[in-house]
Amino acid sequence: MRHIISLLLENEAGALSRVSGLFSARGYNIESLTVAPTEDPSLSRMTIVTAGSDDVLEQITKQLNKLVDVVKVVDLSDGNHIERELMLVKVRASGKDREEMKRMADIFRGRILDVTEKTYTIELTGTGSKLDAFIAALEQGAILETVRTGASGIGRGDRILKV
Amino acid sequence: MDMTGAFTTELTGAEMVSRCLADEGVEFVFGYPGGAVLPIYDELFKQDKVKHILVRHEQAAVHAADAYARCTHKVGVALVTSGPGVTNAITGIATAYMDSIPVVIITGQVPTHAIGQDAFQEVDTVGITRPCVKHNFLVKDVKDLAVTMKKAFFLAASGRPGPVVVDIPKDVTQAKANYFYPENVAMRSYNPVIKGHSGQIRKALQLLLGAKRPMIYTGGGVILGNAHEELATLVRSLGFPCTNTLMGLGGYPGSDPLFVGMLGMHGTYEANMAMQHCDVLLAIGARFDDRVIGNPKHFYQEERRIVHVDVDPSSISKRVKVDIPIVGDVKDVLQELNRQLAAGSDRPDAEALKAWWAQIELWRGRDCLKFDRKSEIIKPQMVVEKLYQLTRNDDVYITSDVGQHQMWAAQFYKFDKPRRWLNSGGLGTMGVGLPYAMGAQFAHPESTVVCVTGEASIQMCIQELSTAKQYRLPLKIVNLNNRYMGMVRQWQEFFHGNRYSESYMDALPDFVKLAESYGHVGMRIEKPADVEGALKEALARKNDLVFMDFVTDQTENVYPMIPGGKGLSEMILV
Repeated sequence: MRHIISLLLENEAGALSRVSGLFSARGYNIESLTVAPTEDPSLSRMTIVTAGSDDVLEQITKQLNKLVDVVKVVDLSDGNHIERELMLVKVRASGKDREEMKRMADIFRGRILDVTEKTYTIELTGTGSKLDAFIAALEQGAILETVRTGASGIGRGDRILKV
Repeated sequence: MDMTGAFTTELTGAEMVSRCLADEGVEFVFGYPGGAVLPIYDELFKQDKVKHILVRHEQAAVHAADAYARCTHKVGVALVTSGPGVTNAITGIATAYMDSIPVVIITGQVPTHAIGQDAFQEVDTVGITRPCVKHNFLVKDVKDLAVTMKKAFFLAASGRPGPVVVDIPKDVTQAKANYFYPENVAMRSYNPVIKGHSGQIRKALQLLLGAKRPMIYTGGGVILGNAHEELATLVRSLGFPCTNTLMGLGGYPGSDPLFVGMLGMHGTYEANMAMQHCDVLLAIGARFDDRVIGNPKHFYQEERRIVHVDVDPSSISKRVKVDIPIVGDVKDVLQELNRQLAAGSDRPDAEALKAWWAQIELWRGRDCLKFDRKSEIIKPQMVVEKLYQLTRNDDVYITSDVGQHQMWAAQFYKFDKPRRWLNSGGLGTMGVGLPYAMGAQFAHPESTVVCVTGEASIQMCIQELSTAKQYRLPLKIVNLNNRYMGMVRQWQEFFHGNRYSESYMDALPDFVKLAESYGHVGMRIEKPADVEGALKEALARKNDLVFMDFVTDQTENVYPMIPGGKGLSEMILV
């Protein structure tokens, strides 16, 4: 089953590789991993999307907690949460496709960030499945390049992950 | 942190390392010099609080520091240079990591400006050690050095112990800053649970008292947590059978009738059968690893309730699901268990326990460790048994390497006290025996230290005979020489159609001459009748390292044996 795990860790050199090393050494899945410093620059917030049985997830959480640089771990999938991912897509936009591309971006509430005679670069935010749907809706030959951030997650309401 | 007044003095990084070690109360540093650590060695030269032990290979430095920690309950310290010094130390670090041994390894590093430039003797130490340390540090600023050293000692010894690497670039050892060594450090991201949940402990006790076929299974955690007395109190007040893992031997007295022997792949028949057929299992400081319970699916075939006490939450429900997890320091939890047991009026079901013991005695009657005592070739088991008989009342430390001899030592030497049995359980590192014996002898100069080894293992760190000479360590080496990598040979006999692929040790040295060439005493023993006399003579030589080369039966196997992937009750018996 898919899980989205959030962690706070010391913003120190090597902290990221401790986490990624743990996943590879123990054979856990990483679907995506995002990390950046928080409002407190001594801490980083990481979101990991992973998959596994309940037993595996229990081990993942315990092993993450065991890392000395990790301050807090929470499995967001245990409760209500919001997740968002950002994607930039560069598409062919010439001739009759140009208008169609604009329309598609609007339908998915994307924004066109960069325009050339032949291309658009579209920014799209949403859940992973929304981004997947946008990609699927485009004519595959029209896609020149895509880049995705991986999911970031946060608990709903009073669920707060803080030191 | 108050950085003014009498506490502060400006020191170089190298001076700080030396001062930190002294302030930490470190007795010995096991190490080997090299370019990147020269400033530190210069400081060690100028002081006399910390004694440096020069080994012959960095692997042995870490093993010796590890052994020192195993038999003292203090943190061991090793010091190696950058690059090859670090890579040589890796086996030692991984060995300590797998057995949760507190060691601080100080490694030299190329100067900060050269890091990442593929400098001479540069290796990414923090990267290469990351998977086999509890934690590691690269100190880039001399101002952080002292507090980092304190953190290293704190992390190594607290919670579930383990090795911690402190990597110090050469320019940091030469830069200056105010020195302040804190007495304590706190880290917001590191708070091991000490106190066990008293509600869980109460539930555990109820379960234990209601058991019909109880079993207590303990591992290295009892020894690391200094909980042997509390364990003995609990086992004796309940009257339950107790087994130890390889790492846990000595956690409960080996000669006590409630002790059913070691369990696992080469555990006793009675321990493995009781483990498989118990209805309530109390696991303490042990981790249900593959060499202990074999195949978990087979283990699940019998129903039982499990209580698991461990300081490391990730050890609980890792390989085997448990019913009552108790996270906490084993000593603390056992004290609370004993307290609740003494305070309450409930006692175990005497009738059921009697029947259970009758069953265990039947299993015990199988005499699973029997061997041919009339053999005309020396049986390795007989050597260990004689060693035990001759030294059981002495102040003795036994180390071993990895293989058949290790299992025979574990089976035939009955350890009544903790920290007396030093071997590599988790990683299974051949070559630890001799450096472990060195570490133990430094820690306990008046004690007898015996290394039970084999001709294959001993050659993996044989160069340390030179270190033993330099420091006049009167070690007793019992080499069970069967001219084979015995355990490999045994597996090839059982599982690979007697094809002894590369397991025969051809071109062995003459160990007597070899020992003599290092300035030690060598003995070769070929007949069973000479075993006892040789051991007595060697043990009487209080000031000499004696290398006893016992020519043993080449075809002897370790029994019982649970083949890989099989279950606890699927033992091959002799």
